[in-house]
Amino acid sequence: MSAVSDTLDATPKSRGPWATALRRLLRDRAAVAALILFLMVVILCLLAPAYAQWTGTDPFKSTLDAVIKLNGQDVPVMEQSTEGLGLGYTPIGPTWQIGNYFLGADNQGRDVMARLLFGGLNSLFIAGMATVVTLFFATLIGLTAGFFGGIIDTLLSRFLDILWAFPVYLLAISLSIVLITQGLDLGLITIESGSLWLPIFIIGVVYVPYVARPVRGQVLALRESEFVLAAVGLGVPSHRILLRDILPNVSTTLIVFVPIMMALNMITESALSFLSIGVQPPDASWGTIIQDGQTLLYTRPVVALAPGIAIVITVLALNVLGDGLRDALDPRSKIRIGRS
Amino acid sequence: MKKWMLAGVAALTIALSALTPAQAEYKPEHRGGTMRIVARSAAGTLDPQINYTLQYWQIYQSVYSGLTAFKKGAGEAGFEVVPNLAEELPTASNDGKTYTFKLRNGVKFSDGRDVTVKDVVASFQRIFKVSSPTSGGFYSVIVGADACIATPATCTLEGGVAGDEAAGTVTINLTRADPEFMFKLAVPHASILPADAPATDSGSVPIAGTGPYFFSAYDPNKGLTMSRNPHFKMWSEAAMPDGYPDVVQYDFGLTDEAEVTAVMNGEADWMFDQPPTDRLGEIGTKYKDQVYINTLTAWWYAPMNTRIAPFDNLKARQAVNYAIDRKALVNLFGGPVLAAPVCQVLPPGFPAHVSYCPYTKDPGEKWSAPDIEKAKQLVEESGTKGQKVTVIVEDTAVSKSIGVYLQSVLKEIGYDAELKPISPNIQFTYIQNTNNKVQISVSQWYQDYPAASNFLNVLFGCSSFTEGSDSSINIAGFCDEKVEAKMKEAFALAATDPEGANKIWTEVDRMVTDAAPAAPLFTPKHIDFVSKRLGNFQFNAQFYWMVTQSWVQ
Repeated sequence: MSAVSDTLDATPKSRGPWATALRRLLRDRAAVAALILFLMVVILCLLAPAYAQWTGTDPFKSTLDAVIKLNGQDVPVMEQSTEGLGLGYTPIGPTWQIGNYFLGADNQGRDVMARLLFGGLNSLFIAGMATVVTLFFATLIGLTAGFFGGIIDTLLSRFLDILWAFPVYLLAISLSIVLITQGLDLGLITIESGSLWLPIFIIGVVYVPYVARPVRGQVLALRESEFVLAAVGLGVPSHRILLRDILPNVSTTLIVFVPIMMALNMITESALSFLSIGVQPPDASWGTIIQDGQTLLYTRPVVALAPGIAIVITVLALNVLGDGLRDALDPRSKIRIGRS
Repeated sequence: MKKWMLAGVAALTIALSALTPAQAEYKPEHRGGTMRIVARSAAGTLDPQINYTLQYWQIYQSVYSGLTAFKKGAGEAGFEVVPNLAEELPTASNDGKTYTFKLRNGVKFSDGRDVTVKDVVASFQRIFKVSSPTSGGFYSVIVGADACIATPATCTLEGGVAGDEAAGTVTINLTRADPEFMFKLAVPHASILPADAPATDSGSVPIAGTGPYFFSAYDPNKGLTMSRNPHFKMWSEAAMPDGYPDVVQYDFGLTDEAEVTAVMNGEADWMFDQPPTDRLGEIGTKYKDQVYINTLTAWWYAPMNTRIAPFDNLKARQAVNYAIDRKALVNLFGGPVLAAPVCQVLPPGFPAHVSYCPYTKDPGEKWSAPDIEKAKQLVEESGTKGQKVTVIVEDTAVSKSIGVYLQSVLKEIGYDAELKPISPNIQFTYIQNTNNKVQISVSQWYQDYPAASNFLNVLFGCSSFTEGSDSSINIAGFCDEKVEAKMKEAFALAATDPEGANKIWTEVDRMVTDAAPAAPLFTPKHIDFVSKRLGNFQFNAQFYWMVTQSWVQ
């Protein structure tokens, strides 16, 4: 007895799937670096209100006649050309002085650095919330279609096919053009035009098929597994099987999708905002700041470059993190974004 | 003119003709070559009786002729109306309701056929048959027009336009005297076309014209080619002078940035679109000899809907006028070289314009500075503080930046303001339609001829307002009995006493400015950026750069 007992005590405790996944994730240096980078971006953006308060700038108000102190001299934020024909009115370029128009001004005389931080906050918020919307509806549809099958599966799958048939950007642009000036009224839910929830809803909806399909496929496989068949045989109610047996088994897939969808949503938000059908002025997002900078490409390229670089860094970090999560949670998974 | 063309006071023509410089001498040594001009996109149908864009009206000047024409001269000479296919400008008879035109002999279309009285009568009927955008506005004054508007397909203009082939005359009868009628005959919608021209929009298929050039190829996705009309013989240097280049090649599909680069590199001779703001500095320094800047009698303004809150309240409208920093807006447009602040409806240099600036820090003749405190006080007194206001602007760089600024100002004086930039394709009609409940917007109006009515009556006359219509150019919905009566008085006097009429228009300008149905923002200037090789650039106040009067060799 004692020998057996000793043997049992010597056997290492099972860590459980989550701890194992975390361990695997932490071993992935690239994923950890990406996570740190992403968290830094988030923290910096969260500091936006504090930055604006500290610098005393209002990133949403036109300050065309503002004057700043630069190297002891008063310098106007907007500079009138004095050479040649005197054409053009150019915002001040980067001062590289923290808190003093670090990245210069945009064509409204607003501090680009402050707008970059506020814009990041909005971009991250929209991308994050749109991801929640996507995952919620995708899970709902995927679970229902995969588990109940039959006519329900057929109807939901065709609905996904219809959504899938539209090029994502075409669908998003169409929805945006219709909704952005009129808002959305679904009876219980009303979203006013200009609200950040409009791009969230639009982006969230257009990507539902991208997540719902793999979820449905996984549920179809799980439905035939022994533990589910056993539960069905024992007369366990369907909702209980879905919530207790199937949902936990697809949760890893959903978690893997979080960073990937966030990256995708961030790019989509930027694209829509760049086309003026996402975040509405004077609110900022990285997409709108790029659009603002488009008219300054020759004179003040940093206005467009800064948010562009921010998007690249954030999306890259999220994608690397997504890969790391996938490897950590399900090394055999073949989930990839796109139309396989 | 946003997309409109109206006429001016005919009597003014006589006054202007005395001031007009002589035509420049034609220099045959510069004749020939291919001129390449570029634009972001085509401007739609090539049909001169339908197209309603400055882009094509500009090139129609060398292709199509009417009975009258705006003079092809530099500067304000372009406002003068001269006889074109008509031998001379007729004197109105029958209390100003009848005009008889004698047609010139020997003028041919580009397909070799003679221009006849029959073509002239058919062309007037065609204005209605193709439902020209101005058929109900400009030409509804012709006898028989009502029936033509009701049933365009069977339009005969019976009793309105009659030709006498033997005498070579065309008589036009009007339902009432119209002192602006000569101007209306000078715009492309009244072009004389072959009698067998299709009674529908000709679209991309060119119709023969009488000018020194004809359209030899047109693909709206690629470009438009103008070649010399082999049958053209100049009949009037003032109305239809010969051109210099043999071919004008108009290419479409470039971005405005690419247009600038093409002109800089000498790959294009001129760009239609205004250069983007971030290239202005470069153009104004390195290429200053290739830049022409001309003042336009036009304004950018912010119409406020006088029929819905908060701008149904005079104090609220006045507050916006006091609060706007015109200098800031001028800078957003490109700086003082490209625009000037305005305070009133009629632009500087316009007939009946007498400087007047009531809504500024120190009211007087000129705008000095915004008065934010006064604006805040007026908002408070109006009881509209805190109300939600939406600013509707075109989704273009300049309009949007002006919108962002306006929103900022509205917030500052106490409104809960938001901005909606919408596509330039629909913004102009959207802000006109009362169903859209637009409170305040940003728009522009470019004059067509020097007549105060073109601004005051068109933009603020009761007849220009139509509930629920996309064509309600009185965007503010302003309709004031006293102002209306004054305008009628001015119209009545215009035919006999233009100067007296202008004095009344000055009063109307003040009355409208005081009532503040709009916030005047600034008056813009126009930049033409041309290639190094392009010579003899001439800017005509009516149709801007005279394309074929420049040479490329």
